[in-house]
Amino acid sequence: MAVLEVSGLTKRYPGVTALDGVDLEVRPGEVHVLIGENGAGKSTMVRCLSGIERPDAGTMRLHGRPYRPDTAADGLKAGVRVVHQELALLPNLSVAENLFLHHLPRRAGVVDRAALDRSARNLLAEVGLELSPRTPVERLGIAQMQLVEIAKALSGQCQLLIMDEPTATLTPKETGRLFEILRRLTANGVAVIYISHHLEEIFEIGDRVTVLRNGQHVVTREIAGLTTAELVRFMVGRDLAHEYPPVRARERGEELLRVTDLQVTPATPPLSLTVHAGEVVGVAGLVNSGRTEAMRAIFGADRPAAGRVEVRGRPVRSRHPRAAVRAGLSFLTEDRKAQGLVLDLPIAANMSLASLPAVSRFGLLSRSAENRAATRLAEKLRVASQGVRQHVRALSGGNQQKVVLGRWLAADTDLLIVDEPTRGIDVGARYEIHQLLLDLADAGKGLLVVSSDLPELLGICDRIIVFSRNAIAGEVERADFDAERVLNLAYSGYLKGVSV
Amino acid sequence: MTAVTAPRVAGGRWASQVLGEAGIGVALAALVAFFLAFAPYFGTSQNVRDIMTQITINTILAVGMTFVILVGGIDLSVGSVIALCAVVAGTAMTDSGLPTALAVPFAILISVLIGAATGFVNGFVTERWVVPSFIVTLGMLYVARGAAQQYTGAATIYNLPPGLTRFGTATFAGLPAVFVVAMLLVAVAWFVLSRTVFGRLIYATGNNEEAVRLSGHRTSLIKVACFVIGGACVGIAAIIYMARLGVASPILGQGYELNAIAAVVIGGASLAGGRGSVIGTLLGACLLGVLSNGLNLMGVSDFQRTMVTGAVIIVAVVLDAYRRRLSVRLS
Repeated sequence: MAVLEVSGLTKRYPGVTALDGVDLEVRPGEVHVLIGENGAGKSTMVRCLSGIERPDAGTMRLHGRPYRPDTAADGLKAGVRVVHQELALLPNLSVAENLFLHHLPRRAGVVDRAALDRSARNLLAEVGLELSPRTPVERLGIAQMQLVEIAKALSGQCQLLIMDEPTATLTPKETGRLFEILRRLTANGVAVIYISHHLEEIFEIGDRVTVLRNGQHVVTREIAGLTTAELVRFMVGRDLAHEYPPVRARERGEELLRVTDLQVTPATPPLSLTVHAGEVVGVAGLVNSGRTEAMRAIFGADRPAAGRVEVRGRPVRSRHPRAAVRAGLSFLTEDRKAQGLVLDLPIAANMSLASLPAVSRFGLLSRSAENRAATRLAEKLRVASQGVRQHVRALSGGNQQKVVLGRWLAADTDLLIVDEPTRGIDVGARYEIHQLLLDLADAGKGLLVVSSDLPELLGICDRIIVFSRNAIAGEVERADFDAERVLNLAYSGYLKGVSV
Repeated sequence: MTAVTAPRVAGGRWASQVLGEAGIGVALAALVAFFLAFAPYFGTSQNVRDIMTQITINTILAVGMTFVILVGGIDLSVGSVIALCAVVAGTAMTDSGLPTALAVPFAILISVLIGAATGFVNGFVTERWVVPSFIVTLGMLYVARGAAQQYTGAATIYNLPPGLTRFGTATFAGLPAVFVVAMLLVAVAWFVLSRTVFGRLIYATGNNEEAVRLSGHRTSLIKVACFVIGGACVGIAAIIYMARLGVASPILGQGYELNAIAAVVIGGASLAGGRGSVIGTLLGACLLGVLSNGLNLMGVSDFQRTMVTGAVIIVAVVLDAYRRRLSVRLS
């Protein structure tokens, strides 16, 4: 009997269907790989399975019995263990305390330290970590923390182990160790759901694979006999469903931005790129491929370790966003709530934030000028609101995004870097934002568009730069646009030695 | 770049601002009504002037504290810094040998500069090494207190210029002159916070510092400036203190920082930053002053008054949180 049977699992978020009637069956002793592009629904699946989210429809059965976790604790109790992409350890507590936080061994109501250390040492040995169980977690390296997280999942009764990108921070040796652990677990009948971008790993450890695309189940296959090319084709699919505004032919104008040998950190490879006036340059790559970090470094949001950034041939000292804004750069961040909007200020104040000199004189704000400027922008962007003095907190995601875009339109810079401009936005607003970006390019602006949505980049860009493992893996011109080609480049940094 | 005509929207904003502060305004009105009914002499013009004089120093400190709290900071060093400003400025007046007409302005300058300098240190250390202002200003609380005692050898300065103390009891248009100074400060602070680019950036930084930084503004500079303004207000309060009491003692001002914070919080500011107003702060200071004065007139003992004041602070903040949740639900 299958360990896990999922049928018709559906999860909707406002404006997006993250999972659309997905079926999944995981057998005992199997490593079942789950793959798909960014936003295909893998993470939502994990959240539903672990009890963090409640699905809107569909059923889940664990060992044949109905499984309806309301909280993550219910999932744990049922024996479903998850190693999440983000580490969830308490840095000030010891390794042992982290491992057994939910069921500390007690004697007469007091934590039994000896028993705790003993059990912890056993678990650590199992994942091959040679550490004192009393070491505070904050002193560990990131890979060690990852192994502690894995060890934590192994404590107690584990029926189904879900691993979401467990090897992102591991060295090949540690990865090998992890695979040994997985093989031992599966030999004892534990079922594993394994999510990874590393296609070579999938072939090494996986038994079967399920491919998701746009929240839908595409195919489930035995891994033996598949090729990476086939897998990529399953992930990309044939239908690029969204419609995009027509891209007019544009002259590629003068060079606006030149980045030379930019290193985000001393350990990452140097990056070089250029953007011209009237050009929409896409930046593709998997999540955590270093796209956003590179954009932040160009803008000076984080100080880069090395490299040069020039705007119209003039060097920008990328130490503070102020220098970038003055040089003519804008940066629309991927997280509009945390890094873009001032939620408790009105629309007008949010829109003027990068162009205050235009609505003030001698440091005195002109409310009327600010309101006029904001009203003009709000009409142009078609922001649905009760007026420009309405606080942005109450707006929908799409309208909030338009407000942040409006801020940079008001700043009227030569070059815009937009990171995930349409994430979490409904289809109508998406089209409008795409149109707006193209209009900007028509008006001679240069654009760098970062997106996890490949069809979006193929739809509106003149050229796509592909990131893979913190490096630029290649560039594709519009004439050569092809989803498989971009995706192969995106995976190339993770495919040591496997030919596609 | 355009002529400033009064837009209708600004009127709407004014109304919503008043409404936002109505909670504390209503509480203050209810308290005044209560004391008018039950506290003898409460409504006499002499008592009203007394209240104004009594709340002057806390109002000035609280105005400065409003700036600090709006950017998400806190300044615990206020009570010690006011003593340091007072003893140094007081010594400058008594020992400089300058005629009163020069000595007093000189002392005001020194007092404001010392206050601003401590504010700068508080803000700079907080921003440069990214440490909580709570801790930095707690340290400054000790440093300034010790410095004040060291400076005078723990002695109190008495022989301040009579011109200064006359100002402490003078009236202007029927109002205590020192209260007029506090109101001027409130007016200036209100203007800065609601009408200038700097004020806008203060609110925005308190609300979402990263968004402001990524829009090309130096948020650290804005935050340090708020600490400097807070410190300068302490310097002004030190002069008012000497004018009113005629002495400068290195042990004066203990606990003043908490009164100032109480006024700001009762006035509706959020300790997380980004929310609050100087009008709210003024009403908060009035509420504390009216409460203390009215209870005193009713013959309530000092100890009981302290207890009631504490309870009122808690009730005010709970009611404010409740009102806010209600308004969020309604919108």
